[in-house]
Amino acid sequence: MTLELFLQNLANGIAVGSLYALIAVGYTMVYGILRLINFAHGDIFMMAAYFTFFGVAVFHLPWYFACIFVVVLTAGLGMLIERVAYRPLRDAPKDSVLVSAIGVSFLLENLATYIFSGKPKAFPDFLGLMSTISLGTVSLQKVALVVPLVLVVCMSILLFVTNKTKLGMAMRAVSKDYEIARVMGININLVIAATFGIGSGLAAVGVILWGMKYPQVSPLMGVMPGLKCFIAAVIGGIGNIKGAVLGGFILGLIEVMLVAFFQPLTGYRDAFAFILLILILLVKPTGLIGEKTTEKV
Amino acid sequence: MKKIAALLLALVMTAAAFSGCKKVETASGSGETGGDTIKIGVFEPLTGANAAGGEAEVEGIKIANKLYPEVLGKKVEIVVADNKSDKAQATTAVARLIEKDKVSAIIGSWGSSFSMAAGDLVKKNKVPAVGASCTNPLVTKGNDYYFRVCYLDPFQGTVMANYAFKSGAKKAAIIQEVSNDYAVGLATYFKEAFVKLTGDPNSVVTTVNYNTNDQEFGAQLSTVKAANPDVIFAPGNFTESALVMKQARQLGITVPFLGGDTWDIDEFTSVGGTDVEGATISTFFDDSAPVTEEGKKFVEAYKKEYPDKNMAAVSALGYDAYLVIIKAIEAANSSDSTAIRDALAKTKDVEGATGKLTFNADGDPDKDSAIIKVVKNGKFTYKDTVTVAK
Repeated sequence: MTLELFLQNLANGIAVGSLYALIAVGYTMVYGILRLINFAHGDIFMMAAYFTFFGVAVFHLPWYFACIFVVVLTAGLGMLIERVAYRPLRDAPKDSVLVSAIGVSFLLENLATYIFSGKPKAFPDFLGLMSTISLGTVSLQKVALVVPLVLVVCMSILLFVTNKTKLGMAMRAVSKDYEIARVMGININLVIAATFGIGSGLAAVGVILWGMKYPQVSPLMGVMPGLKCFIAAVIGGIGNIKGAVLGGFILGLIEVMLVAFFQPLTGYRDAFAFILLILILLVKPTGLIGEKTTEKV
Repeated sequence: MKKIAALLLALVMTAAAFSGCKKVETASGSGETGGDTIKIGVFEPLTGANAAGGEAEVEGIKIANKLYPEVLGKKVEIVVADNKSDKAQATTAVARLIEKDKVSAIIGSWGSSFSMAAGDLVKKNKVPAVGASCTNPLVTKGNDYYFRVCYLDPFQGTVMANYAFKSGAKKAAIIQEVSNDYAVGLATYFKEAFVKLTGDPNSVVTTVNYNTNDQEFGAQLSTVKAANPDVIFAPGNFTESALVMKQARQLGITVPFLGGDTWDIDEFTSVGGTDVEGATISTFFDDSAPVTEEGKKFVEAYKKEYPDKNMAAVSALGYDAYLVIIKAIEAANSSDSTAIRDALAKTKDVEGATGKLTFNADGDPDKDSAIIKVVKNGKFTYKDTVTVAK
């Protein structure tokens, strides 16, 4: 392993990791507020990819308009799903909501297959980020440089919203105990809908950049990213925004390095991610920087 | 509110059920079943990573069914089952065709892995299967009930090694889809032939792996770039392969890519864009120069049915698989599965779209030439026909 190769792989790892991080943040937010693992997150991500495809390749929207269109539409889809599939089960046991989430996931996958066919479509390079630039001996796609920036911006906005605004205060209250929050006069339906909107909007931002790196749209494209980002969120400590970012980077780097240094193990790349998940759950279930939650009695 | 949730769940389940099995009416549109129809099952990936390939094969089969809707005075009904580009689903789909739909014979599947997964079931239930584009030797080996109309991986791997050597390559790198039997087979035979041709045991400078459904190949490609090959042989599914080539170009790898028949499909060039320009493959059929009368007939019917599509070679193979089964039913004068199998084994000089078909003892066709195509201006164009002694 030469230094050159190591640097290239480091760059590859950071590029993948920052994408994981971006999507994991949306995942972790919904969990943080609702204590619900939204298994449909990866499929919302997939739907956002189709929105982008139709917005740009079919309707030829200008790029800035396309981005807004996709984010707004996806946020709307997230809120709709919350309204239809999760809100009716608000007072039902947690298991029912989980089953409902899995149902939504299957519904979106099958719906997309039915409407758009199972065949992959090319993701358009409407931001001009697919081209490559070289930094010394290291080649990188332009999008790899943009993702960390977008990540920082999104994270700052998110931290600002949750820590400094009234909505954020309400979110934190709901995450502590939504029964009490409701009694205290917080409109929890509004807060939870907003959470889903923001989480789904982040998935849309994620997919726009993801598509620049992996330019292919298909109905099952959200399954693996969804699982990987769930793992990233758990590694960092699910529910914790900074943890999700950390987890994303760790997972991305480890995956790339595993493939780079241990060629014969390439086939076990996904398996490795799951082993990592199991290890974290066994050794430190709260994740690397997650807080310990006290069980409510 | 609970009603809505229940409704949603019901929707999901019906959607899942519908995606499992689809019945295709015969050309004349009669829905009769029972004594008047002979059912031929088709299991192909219609969703998932290989969907475009499966769809292309089904197109060919449907056209064959349109041109030859009857045999022994009975209508032929095609029952299509989706194997979802998944080995486990492939066995489920075949089991369903055999047990529920009671088909007389089966066509499929795109992807040697899926065909091999279904092999045992076919053998156990004594229902003959004819593969269209499954090229791995193990599909038919030791299985009296599996036949195929395409040539095999050892042949295809050798063809591409010859092509690479003739175009002046001394060092080759291999990027293989390690979880795909087809890709691994092709890579193995390529390596064997390439080493023999160059006389240099180290002429394959590196072999890297990736998994089906992977999207990130930076690490593998960095290794390949460091090994500095003259040519890269990268057999695999078209979805991943197009991304492999895109990412290779982004990493500054400029050497030519060679692959196999799986890339010969519109989605490969549409996803790959300019980055797959120059990619070279071996394939089964070229619609610009059909070699047989049957081929001309097929191309004409295809162009009429799908005027906007570039034909994939596997469509012609799907057509041939159907034809071979119809001929066998005629020869057996029966729709009994075992009788059809015995007739299939005796297939000799049946004219198909891709050439004359004669099955050997393994149930493989006696083919010795392959067509080389290159991506030019975003389309696969004919380059050469190569004949290699087996």
